[in-house]
Amino acid sequence: MRGSADVEEKNQNGRYDGAEDGIVLRLTGITKRFGPLVANDAISFDLKRGEVVALLGENGAGKTTLMNILFGHYVADEGSVEAFGKALPPGDPRAALDAGIGMVHQHFTLAENMTVLENIALGTQAMWRARLDRGAAARRIRKLSGDFGLAIDPGAVVAALSVGERQRVEILKALYRDARILILDEPTAVLTPAETEALFRTLKLLVAQGLSIIFISHKLHEVMAASDRVLVLRAGHLVGERRTAETSRSELAALMVGQEIAPATVAPAKAGPPLLELANVSTRAGGGGAALDEVSLTLRGGEITGLAGVSGNGQAALAALIAGTMQPLGGDIAIGSATVKEWSPRRALASGIARIPEDRHAVGTIGDMSVTENVISERYRSARFSRLGFLDWRAARGFAEEIIADYDVKCPSPEARIRLLSGGNMQKLILGRALDPEPSVILANQPTRGLDVGAVSYVHKKLLEARARGAAILLISEDLEEILALSDRILVMSKGRLSTPSARGERTVRELGELMAGHAEAGA
Amino acid sequence: MEQALEILFTASFWVAAIRIASPLIFATMGELICERAGVLNLGIEGIMTAGAFAGWFTVYAGGDLWTGVLVAALAGAMFGLLHATLTVPLGLSQHVVGIGVTLLASSLTYFIYRLALPEVTSPPKIAPFEALAIPGLSSIPIIGPALFNQTPLTYLAFATVAIVAWVLYRTPLGLAIRAAGENPAAVEAQGISVTGIRMGAVMVGSALMAVGGAFLTMSAFNSFFFQMINGRGWICIALVVFGSWRPGKALLGAILFAAFDAYQVRLQQLSGGVVPYQVFLMMPYVLSILALVLVARRATYPKALMIPYQKGER
Amino acid sequence: MRLEPKPTPPLGVTLLFPVAAIAATLVITSLLVLAAGASPFSVFYLVARGAAGTQFAALETLTRATPLIFTGLAVAVAFRAKLWNIGAEAQLYIGGVVTIVLGTGALPLPSFLLIPVIMLAAMAAGALLLLGPAVLKTRFGVDEVVTTLLLNFIVLLFVSMLLEGPLKDPMGLGWPQSQRVVAEAQLPRIIQGKRLHYGFVIALCAAAIVWVIMKKTVLGYEMRAVGHNAEAASFAGIPVNRVLMKTALLSGGLAALAGFSEVSGLKGNLTLDLSPGYGYSGIVVAMLAMLNPLGVVASAIFVAGIFVGADAMSRTAGVPSYIADVMVATALLTMVTAILMSRYRMRWR
Repeated sequence: MRGSADVEEKNQNGRYDGAEDGIVLRLTGITKRFGPLVANDAISFDLKRGEVVALLGENGAGKTTLMNILFGHYVADEGSVEAFGKALPPGDPRAALDAGIGMVHQHFTLAENMTVLENIALGTQAMWRARLDRGAAARRIRKLSGDFGLAIDPGAVVAALSVGERQRVEILKALYRDARILILDEPTAVLTPAETEALFRTLKLLVAQGLSIIFISHKLHEVMAASDRVLVLRAGHLVGERRTAETSRSELAALMVGQEIAPATVAPAKAGPPLLELANVSTRAGGGGAALDEVSLTLRGGEITGLAGVSGNGQAALAALIAGTMQPLGGDIAIGSATVKEWSPRRALASGIARIPEDRHAVGTIGDMSVTENVISERYRSARFSRLGFLDWRAARGFAEEIIADYDVKCPSPEARIRLLSGGNMQKLILGRALDPEPSVILANQPTRGLDVGAVSYVHKKLLEARARGAAILLISEDLEEILALSDRILVMSKGRLSTPSARGERTVRELGELMAGHAEAGA
Repeated sequence: MEQALEILFTASFWVAAIRIASPLIFATMGELICERAGVLNLGIEGIMTAGAFAGWFTVYAGGDLWTGVLVAALAGAMFGLLHATLTVPLGLSQHVVGIGVTLLASSLTYFIYRLALPEVTSPPKIAPFEALAIPGLSSIPIIGPALFNQTPLTYLAFATVAIVAWVLYRTPLGLAIRAAGENPAAVEAQGISVTGIRMGAVMVGSALMAVGGAFLTMSAFNSFFFQMINGRGWICIALVVFGSWRPGKALLGAILFAAFDAYQVRLQQLSGGVVPYQVFLMMPYVLSILALVLVARRATYPKALMIPYQKGER
Repeated sequence: MRLEPKPTPPLGVTLLFPVAAIAATLVITSLLVLAAGASPFSVFYLVARGAAGTQFAALETLTRATPLIFTGLAVAVAFRAKLWNIGAEAQLYIGGVVTIVLGTGALPLPSFLLIPVIMLAAMAAGALLLLGPAVLKTRFGVDEVVTTLLLNFIVLLFVSMLLEGPLKDPMGLGWPQSQRVVAEAQLPRIIQGKRLHYGFVIALCAAAIVWVIMKKTVLGYEMRAVGHNAEAASFAGIPVNRVLMKTALLSGGLAALAGFSEVSGLKGNLTLDLSPGYGYSGIVVAMLAMLNPLGVVASAIFVAGIFVGADAMSRTAGVPSYIADVMVATALLTMVTAILMSRYRMRWR
């Protein structure tokens, strides 16, 4: 990652804070508030030509918000953005594009019904032209993809592309517009380790051409591997700036988290009886990911089973299966020792399975209903909350107040629409709803995604408490560190299949990465 | 039985089918544009009513026929603007707003009609578009009169299909419209305003719907009646689904549907009153529902259809 | 411009939104009145007087409100669960058909038995009519808006067929109308000699019952959950499709009661002009009431008042009575905008 960046820096006598010349982008005092939440608090920094700057921070630290302001999706409450010496008008993605800023979003912004070429050419030719010049566009795409190792067929329909290929399309979109500054938002979240390496090679080629890159990540090893300089964001503040060569993972970790994180002390597991068993279960594809292909899995009481994997490899289908929203096409589900015949969310709940869904806004809660109405949604038919078809609102409200108190939820009242709560408080309510009936099996799907540090450790604490009580827990997470910290057993999912389990500490991170990339286990 | 088959080989049957298809083609193209951009426009029935009146009344008041078509289109675009303002930047329910626009457009039309012509019992007539034979082509048997001896508005309907298809698939604008209905974030990320594209699409689409309505008063008939749209707008919505949101297929659907409609009228005459005439009149509606049921499962909706978009949302 | 959710305002403030919507409607429609060469103040005054100025006017408004309460409730129930029933008009007519089939002497029962039997049968017919589109929606993914709309046309033709065929009144001088219902099948008048009938009382009871269902029962909770977020409801174990079926049955049944009440309480027989669009006006009634069943009563009376008042006004002021339809449609659009304002605040940056 050195190369031309070094040349630049030598020209500037190694100074990167004062030299005006090499500076391509300058953010000054950016502040953005969402209601009471300050997502960005007076953030200022510069980006130089041919430099890779990593924007490091926990989920929810404000990285994406900052980049969305830079790109014009949001308008900052205060502060200004300057690109190549000229102020960018706020709230205008077009102006950002014209100024040479390209952004690769975490969730790709591609129209799946259109071809690669159409997606790339969208908005690059005069809108009122009578004819889209496909030939010229195709030539340019081929040239760019050859130059930067981004192999892709311009005529392919996006719906048929893999995740890695889609990311290449996104990068090509920016390069096609002559982007000089490229922003990559969590680019590796959806990639296998091998694809990640290919991406880093491409980034090197880009920097060699004089592009500047902002690379958003919360993964320390990637930041160390790919950047020249690191900016650390925490809770909306810029808390540190280091040259990558002069810092260490532990220093960055401390900056990022703000306090010494005592890794949750985990007592050794006392594995109990099997509480949920899947035997050769197959499903259809679900949640935009792979289908399950004859998956067998045993969850035992008193044990956290961690499921690692690159997203889209069947985790969504497995979660939907256990949650009861997806039917198995083949194979058996057994709860305790009884094989399940019919399967539905209601059966899953009745069998003692608690579910913490991946998307708490769209699936876990009903935004326009009250806190009270949301906490009873899984059990409103029980004798506690209803009789003869009539709901007992007093009991329901009491239950809501109980959870608000027990789980330390900050909300105006049990009657408030749940949409108005922060993500962390929403997740606490979901936890309370799920854990209150003392479930025997807990499905926790990305339970800490997007939460602040305090909420994350709270969720971890609650999961460990449930484990101590003897519950069997399946933890699905894209955050390998979370999996490593909490799991008694680790499984890796790839292309709809599960690896053999490994005990805590048995496999190295590298070995897990190989499995995530879909490389078969040695001897398996 | 033979007679029933012979109908299919008469020129007058196909002439009628193409005439019946013409307003449907306009309105179906209009709805298709809206839906391709991600907006379901249930204002269609009312907008067609408004267009039927606006075109006819312009001519009645002394304007020429093409001015009438233009006024109808403008009236449609205005209701489109109302619909789009409420559903695009404000993100209100496209179902409720669409019904509201239909109610408003038709009641406003009737109000203005009564205001302008308070005393009339039977609506005045205008001199409508006349058939314009295309030399040579119009003398081909059956196809000639059906396709090449129609009014200029029918030719315009067919031209509209070609233009819509070209714009959607061959121009930069069309890319933006299709992308807005599939993934609006993709449009915004490329520096194009989703709001602008969607509002524009709804306005243009509504203008086409209104021209479809005007066809009825200015080409098919020569006068304006209450309830004259009679569910044609709703049928066009079914035709868009039936045509899988593709202009060519939707055109085919409209012609097929119109042929069936023309056929049932002739069958009705043949049946000699044994079967109640209402059964025949029901058929277009029943057929629309059946068509929906047949294709709905396989239909690939524009993914962002009916989903409002806020800037910066992903 | 962005929309940001804001806390639900207190009830007092919430009630201001319909008021604001109606005010906006009056401002907008006064432009049309001006275009008609009349003074908006005198026209609106004449509408108000025509709607409630005399005992006769007030009773007429309540009479006209009766079918609107039923169709408004039908729409409110369906829209709550996001089942877009635009077919209340068809369900109303089917209710009327059943009333004629059973009420013209086919069942020799005393009034206190015959009327409930007819009511239940009418509800069942309306419910089944909406069940079709609901099944097509859940099974085949066919949008129910289009199917219910198309069914309106089909059912009206079906009724026309019946009125010229099996249900035709032999003494009707060739008009497409049915026989009159027998005395036992008639809903009595509330005040002797006036048109207001017990259908109004039944409508009030229906509103109260629907309110209880929506607020207090498991079914109402399920319907609201499905309407607000079907995916989350399904995840929580709420059987979404079954709830939609129940919603369809309830909604179709309520709309059919409008037809029953008009035939049995007011008209006495079935004709093709039984409803001047009560099914469509029900949508406005429901939205003005913000889908609240008790609010439906108030908004139905309001909408009926506009229609009755505008009829009276147009006779004296010369402004076409279609101004009522325009006002009602405008009120629908201003109301949905007002509801949005009550839940979101607009930020221009």
